[in-house]
Amino acid sequence: MNAPRLRARKLDIRNGHVDLSHGAGGRAMAQLIGEIFAENFANDLLAQGNDQAVFSVPPGRLAMTTDGYVVSPLFFPGGDIGSLAVHGTVNDLAMAGARPLHLSASFILEEGFPLADLQTIAQSMGAAAREAGVKIVTGDTKVVERGKADGVFISTAGIGVVPDGLDLSGDKARPGDVILVSGTIGDHGVAIMSSRENLAFETQILSDSAALNGLVADMVAACGPHLKLLRDPTRGGIAATLNEIAHQSKIGLRIEEDALPVKAEVAAACEFLGLDPLNVANEGKLLAFVAPEAAQDLLRVMRAHPLGKESAIIGACVEDPHHFVQMRTAFGGGRIVDWLSGEQLPRIC
Amino acid sequence: MKYVDEYRDGKLARGIAATIAREVRPDHLYRFMEFCGGHTHAIARYGLEDLLPQNVRMIHGPGCPVCVLPVGRMNDAIKLAQQPGVTLCTYADLMRVPGSDAMSLTKAKAAGADIRMVYSTLDALRIAQEEPSRRVVFFGIGFETTTPPSALAILQAKQLGLKNFSVFCNHVLTPAAIQAIVGAPEGAGKVPLDGFVGPAHVSVLIGTKPYGHFAETYKKPVVIAGFEPLDVIQAILMLVRQVNDGRAMVENEYIRAVTPEGNRKAQQTVAQVFEIRDTFEWRGLGAVADSALKIRAEYSEFDAEKIFDVTTVAAQDNPACECGAILRGEKRPTDCKLFGTVCTPETPMGSCMVSSEGSCAAHWTYGRFRDSQNRKAS
Repeated sequence: MNAPRLRARKLDIRNGHVDLSHGAGGRAMAQLIGEIFAENFANDLLAQGNDQAVFSVPPGRLAMTTDGYVVSPLFFPGGDIGSLAVHGTVNDLAMAGARPLHLSASFILEEGFPLADLQTIAQSMGAAAREAGVKIVTGDTKVVERGKADGVFISTAGIGVVPDGLDLSGDKARPGDVILVSGTIGDHGVAIMSSRENLAFETQILSDSAALNGLVADMVAACGPHLKLLRDPTRGGIAATLNEIAHQSKIGLRIEEDALPVKAEVAAACEFLGLDPLNVANEGKLLAFVAPEAAQDLLRVMRAHPLGKESAIIGACVEDPHHFVQMRTAFGGGRIVDWLSGEQLPRIC
Repeated sequence: MKYVDEYRDGKLARGIAATIAREVRPDHLYRFMEFCGGHTHAIARYGLEDLLPQNVRMIHGPGCPVCVLPVGRMNDAIKLAQQPGVTLCTYADLMRVPGSDAMSLTKAKAAGADIRMVYSTLDALRIAQEEPSRRVVFFGIGFETTTPPSALAILQAKQLGLKNFSVFCNHVLTPAAIQAIVGAPEGAGKVPLDGFVGPAHVSVLIGTKPYGHFAETYKKPVVIAGFEPLDVIQAILMLVRQVNDGRAMVENEYIRAVTPEGNRKAQQTVAQVFEIRDTFEWRGLGAVADSALKIRAEYSEFDAEKIFDVTTVAAQDNPACECGAILRGEKRPTDCKLFGTVCTPETPMGSCMVSSEGSCAAHWTYGRFRDSQNRKAS
């Protein structure tokens, strides 16, 4: 991202639209980058105006991640594609116990996209990054013809530093380990679905989109050596994440339906839409697997953090050659909690 | 969630389960068929079998509309979708149902056919209005519950003067299917049954009266039940009591929604637009007389079968697929060699693995942990 030189006429952010010249490498592109992205992401590394950011890193191992965001609609109750992109990337780093440092952001814009919307998205990304304590240090902009994209797609990458001695990984859960969730499940997916226009459905549910690195830092500080793994249950909900972990760690999981925190409105919306909150996406929640002796301490620490107030112990790991995730239903019977198979859901992240 | 959680109360469930356990005769095997896929799904999803005594066995019936649609009709729908200018509107459940040669609507869509998933017939009507150059065909399937919306769509299309909307009608009738099961000739394929958990939503439409025949003529108790798990377990208790008392009557557990007469207005609307077909093929049950509906001649301008000259060619299921026997209640999902091997919800070989109401999908998704437990136990 090159910083622009001053020019006489500013972008008409209020009424203007993205056109093909904004991706053509000329002055128009430099102006777009300068007035929208550099302005909102303001930081020293980006301000250098180079094609890459050069920086030194603190001691420890590096964590790196990448993600693409194609959510529809772009603006939803509780967030937008911009804040979602920052939160999602930060969370992927945080799940390794990493302290996130820097992000990159690459934008694919559709010709005709309102500059005002782009400005809102960039503002929201900037705010989310500042709040999470990370910098967006490099980026890229491309414009494609009308009809070749859906408004805006964002790709990100992120790096962070993992403190020495911490080794969280999906294959580390062992029989006896306790499973915790950091709050109510299914909020993001329901917020997105309720804002789709062909589902005439109104609800007060806000997306839970949030950066979890602060919560994770507290958890690591309190229970680091006892933590086995963390994962944020995004697409596919906690059902998909629990199954992934059961297979990675080659164990079975047993959870209690009664213990799952679900907002009444989310439960009602899921009932109406024929969904199971277990399969619905989250963007500001994590699942933690911890040695049993530290479970209560971890629960206390999580509940003390604003993003973990409704944390709960939801189950435990067991020996199981089939790697089943089983749930005792509130009704009293047992059942499998499975991956969702091929359901038609909107683009949620 | 008010008005729903009350019907999923674990404490009440344990109370009813204890009563069932107390009242069943240890020397009798109670075999009840839940006709509806909605019940099959509830039983699997809430783990209801875990609350029943060993000698109360639930047998899954054919009441899953996606499951009973024969391959030939699925092929017809795929062919319709491939016609130039046609937009086929369908409920999402049907997208992955395999037709012949492993073809499906999903595959036809990927190859370029204009197939759109809709939530209701109104969506299909709207598409027809907004895109007058497209010939919009609604893929109508289902029992008595989904028939009134199809009827209304046709009446509305007529009122709006739409020339580009039609319905491919595959609506079927519940009592005819129950008749096919209880009236099947005695023999190897006949499933011994002690009673039925009767349909929930279907009964809201048709009422309790149509089931009287099965109680009177065939001496099979019927208890109409809602789709919540407490409804189902309560209905099972009522069936156990009928069996123990030697009674066979139609009882209504679902009084909060079902009346003896049903929804008269819906019945009239359906009768205005549809009439009985002489015969219709069901997967599992074969050709069943008077078991389905077709669009009346006066609405033939909205009948996709007439407009596109559909002639259904009977087609075979995958020979190893046991969907047929499973739909008749003759076999269990685990009796099928394909179950869980090549046939899973991701790659369904038969229709029972597609719909979430299908016996195979329900057992795979929620209940398959019991198979390994059973093997261990035996």
